[in-house]
Amino acid sequence: MVQILIHILLLVIIPPLFLGIINKTKACFAGRKGMPVLQPYYDLAKLFRKKSVISRTTGWVFQAGPVVTVSCLLFAGLMIPFYRINPSLSFYGDLILFAYLLGLARFFTTAAALETGSSFEGMGSAREVTFACLAEPGMFLGFLALARLTGTLSLSGILTGVSLGAGTLLAPVLLVAAGLFIILLAENCRIPVDDPNTHLELTMIHEVMVLDHSGPMLGLIQYGAALKYFILGSVLVDILLPDSNQFFLIELGLFLGAMGLLSIMTGIVESVMARLPMRRVPNLLVAACLLCGVGFLLIGR
Amino acid sequence: MQTYLNTFLALVLLLNLLALGTSRLPTVIRLVTLQGGLIGLLPLLIHSPWRPESVVLAIATLLTKGILIPSILIKALREVQIRREIEPLIGILPSMLLGALGTGLALLFASLLPLIPGQANSLLVPASLATVLTGCIFLTSRMKAVSQVVGYLILENGIFIFGLLMLEAMPFMVEMGLLLDLVVCIFVSGIILNHIKDTFDSLDTRLLTALKEDTSWPQK
Amino acid sequence: MAPEIILLVFPLMLAVLSWVIPSNRFRSYLLPLGGVVHLSLSLHGFIYPAATPLTPYLGLDAPARLVLPGVSLLFFLCSIYAVGYLKEHSQRSNRGFCSSMLAFLSMMSLVAYARHLGLMWVAIEATTLTTAPLIYFNYNPKSIEATWKYLLICSVGIALALLGTFFLAYATMGQETETSLFMSDLLKNAPHLSKPWLHAAFILLLVGYGTKMGLAPMHTWKPDAYGEASGLVGALLAGGLTQCAFLAIFRIYWICKAAGEGLYAGRFLILMGLVSMAMAAVFIIHQRDFKRMLAYSSVEHMGILSLGLGLGGISTYGSLLHLMNNGLTKGLLFLAAGNITHAYGGKTLENVRGAIRRLPLSGTLFLLGFIAITGSPPFGPFISEFLILNGAFHRGYLWVGGLYLLFLLVVFMGMGSTVLGVVQGKSMKSTGGNSPSYRESLWTGIPLVFLILLILLLGLYIPNTLNTRIMEAAHCLEQTYD
Repeated sequence: MVQILIHILLLVIIPPLFLGIINKTKACFAGRKGMPVLQPYYDLAKLFRKKSVISRTTGWVFQAGPVVTVSCLLFAGLMIPFYRINPSLSFYGDLILFAYLLGLARFFTTAAALETGSSFEGMGSAREVTFACLAEPGMFLGFLALARLTGTLSLSGILTGVSLGAGTLLAPVLLVAAGLFIILLAENCRIPVDDPNTHLELTMIHEVMVLDHSGPMLGLIQYGAALKYFILGSVLVDILLPDSNQFFLIELGLFLGAMGLLSIMTGIVESVMARLPMRRVPNLLVAACLLCGVGFLLIGR
Repeated sequence: MQTYLNTFLALVLLLNLLALGTSRLPTVIRLVTLQGGLIGLLPLLIHSPWRPESVVLAIATLLTKGILIPSILIKALREVQIRREIEPLIGILPSMLLGALGTGLALLFASLLPLIPGQANSLLVPASLATVLTGCIFLTSRMKAVSQVVGYLILENGIFIFGLLMLEAMPFMVEMGLLLDLVVCIFVSGIILNHIKDTFDSLDTRLLTALKEDTSWPQK
Repeated sequence: MAPEIILLVFPLMLAVLSWVIPSNRFRSYLLPLGGVVHLSLSLHGFIYPAATPLTPYLGLDAPARLVLPGVSLLFFLCSIYAVGYLKEHSQRSNRGFCSSMLAFLSMMSLVAYARHLGLMWVAIEATTLTTAPLIYFNYNPKSIEATWKYLLICSVGIALALLGTFFLAYATMGQETETSLFMSDLLKNAPHLSKPWLHAAFILLLVGYGTKMGLAPMHTWKPDAYGEASGLVGALLAGGLTQCAFLAIFRIYWICKAAGEGLYAGRFLILMGLVSMAMAAVFIIHQRDFKRMLAYSSVEHMGILSLGLGLGGISTYGSLLHLMNNGLTKGLLFLAAGNITHAYGGKTLENVRGAIRRLPLSGTLFLLGFIAITGSPPFGPFISEFLILNGAFHRGYLWVGGLYLLFLLVVFMGMGSTVLGVVQGKSMKSTGGNSPSYRESLWTGIPLVFLILLILLLGLYIPNTLNTRIMEAAHCLEQTYD
């Protein structure tokens, strides 16, 4: 019971922190002092105090978009263990539900963007969906590989079952992790796939879809982005952290530390890499699929 | 040891796919350098108490595959100042897919061949075959002379991995001969690269098409 | 010092010497010197074979005893030709050319002498590297292209052969016997080799050394390299180097035979042989470039050699005899073609007509060489090609024999129209050739005469010693090892 409570609290409260860490890392690399790590929280607080301006051309889908997105992500987050903290929700085959909750969230974001009738937002939705088409099979292959490795079909079983140093199977896990890292970057609209800071219409993907949102709705969208990064990041962290049977607080610290490291790494990737030309993005995503696929083959052999 | 060995080999496979998926020549060279370095460390992972010949082999491999050959290649690249993009005959995406398919086939093929007990879990054979196939894909699909040399290097890397299976059984001489040949080969290729550049003002082997069948019969 | 060591080291020493000495004119005389020493030593070894191998690594086995004198003889005649050739090209430094040629001779001998498959591989790779500068000697864009293709394709082939060698070594592992790549050990332990690995190894080695030999479909470098290299280099490559590559394949097949997998391996050899012949037959028709035509003829004859080896029995004898015949005849054709090319400054039918009037000796010998290589009596290749056909029908491979005849016929017609176009007709004015008044000198004429006499001799009479050596080499395939 206490665990479930902690799990839910972590899921709800902590995600924006890591966006702050990424921004701080990028600022350090650029030689700036940067905004405080807690800035995303301040932003959220500010946005939630404001009033939403809603275009008259939109219908209920537009308003439902951010709400459904965030609730889908929260629901998905309930199924992910945070290292040794068991998830609140777990059943056989939940990984399929997990993948499609992410899909539903994306569907509503893009539907809300289309609802505005703006051609820019339509373009952004098209791009988002195209890349998601390529990222999704990669994620499935990765989960499939891990499921094969652990012999279970529930996320909590898979993610707590896999850990580094588990005998000869280190190699494929690394491949899958590399693939999932690329998918993490793509799903969260990070460089080299998308640039969260850009506001140039020709190259935007995710940002362009949310141009018409404001106030609490924009806040929800930003919170959703943080949530998505946190969920997918913790999948990766669960895979990569070694097995341990430590004291609860140490495990919690380990998890948070690893998430922080992952965020710093994301920040570094964003600082040292340029974003790919749009036509090259599919190559990267296919590479991620292939990595997961080869990992699957290595496990299945 | 087996775990670390397999991890290294998985990284080698990863580098194969990355190399196939990259279109910038300096990056490809860097990836192959990294692969060469990883492969150079492999002899140390095979025997847990290090034996003198594996140490010497590791050092020699690191020096040639990790330092010497890449520096020659980068020098060649700088001297000829070629455009950095590769224009592959088979696109980046299909060649990556082919590479993954090759990896799958290598796994299948390796599972069909009877391995010596004790090596059954090792990724050495499939990784070697997959790397050889990657090299072949590189050689057949890339147009730049430098890329073809890189493809040849990947091919050699794959063969080297297989050679590690017989580190104990093979006379030392043969392994050294392999390295020597590799260096000479790249060296000679480097010279030729310069000549191609001098003569054709490009390092695109598509320009090397003067020699082909022309079967139109001369009119009397 | 044992004569074998001199045979291997002396050309290398001369190679170093020719690199060191500054005189362009004097340097070329080192080639016949190396050639004559090598020839006398290898003939001595041919007539009085050494009973025991020199070292575990070096020594001649039965097929190598046959190949070495053939290579040596061809090299000697080519080296005489080379003196005249280099005189014609005296404006250019021949330092690299002479060194490479002598080193090439040494490496070819090492292939013959190697009793260890790893050493043999190193030697064959070394022949690739030493011949690249020879092909490149013309210093023009086309020769660069040819060298690049040659180097790349052969290096890849040879790399696959190395993988095959490793596979073979792996096939010996895990048995009670010690892992080794010495031919003698491999033959002794052949029945215990791991069959799947042996099969994979054979295919890789056949592809690898087959690339070097020029079997289709790995022959693509051949027309370019032979076409762009000078006739002299073409003669050495087509007559000498291919023999070494064939020797390598022979040894691999030998191991397969000893392992009781002769049928499996033989089937591949027959297939490759037929494919090579078919490929050559297709490309040789309407070939305007007579040096490329010779290259395709070389592909065809590599096919014949491989076919003969795969068929077994009397065909093996024919194949081994053909090895020598083909080497000498290809030498003759390429040297004659070299003279013709030099006189006309071109190598296609547009530029070259009436060679028999312009260069009576080379033109005539080119025509005779064509008659010989296509298997017409009374020349040597007729005997060997007939023996292979005989073996095919004798063993019941009716289809194979029929296809063999068909391809020979097509090649005869294809080659005939090109060769007759070259030698007949009114002599054209040379179109911008480098020496319009060129005539064969003694240096570039005598070797050709010697070659045609040898080919004629082999057609009329096979010396007893040669017969014995071929029989020995053919018999070693039939031996069983326990």
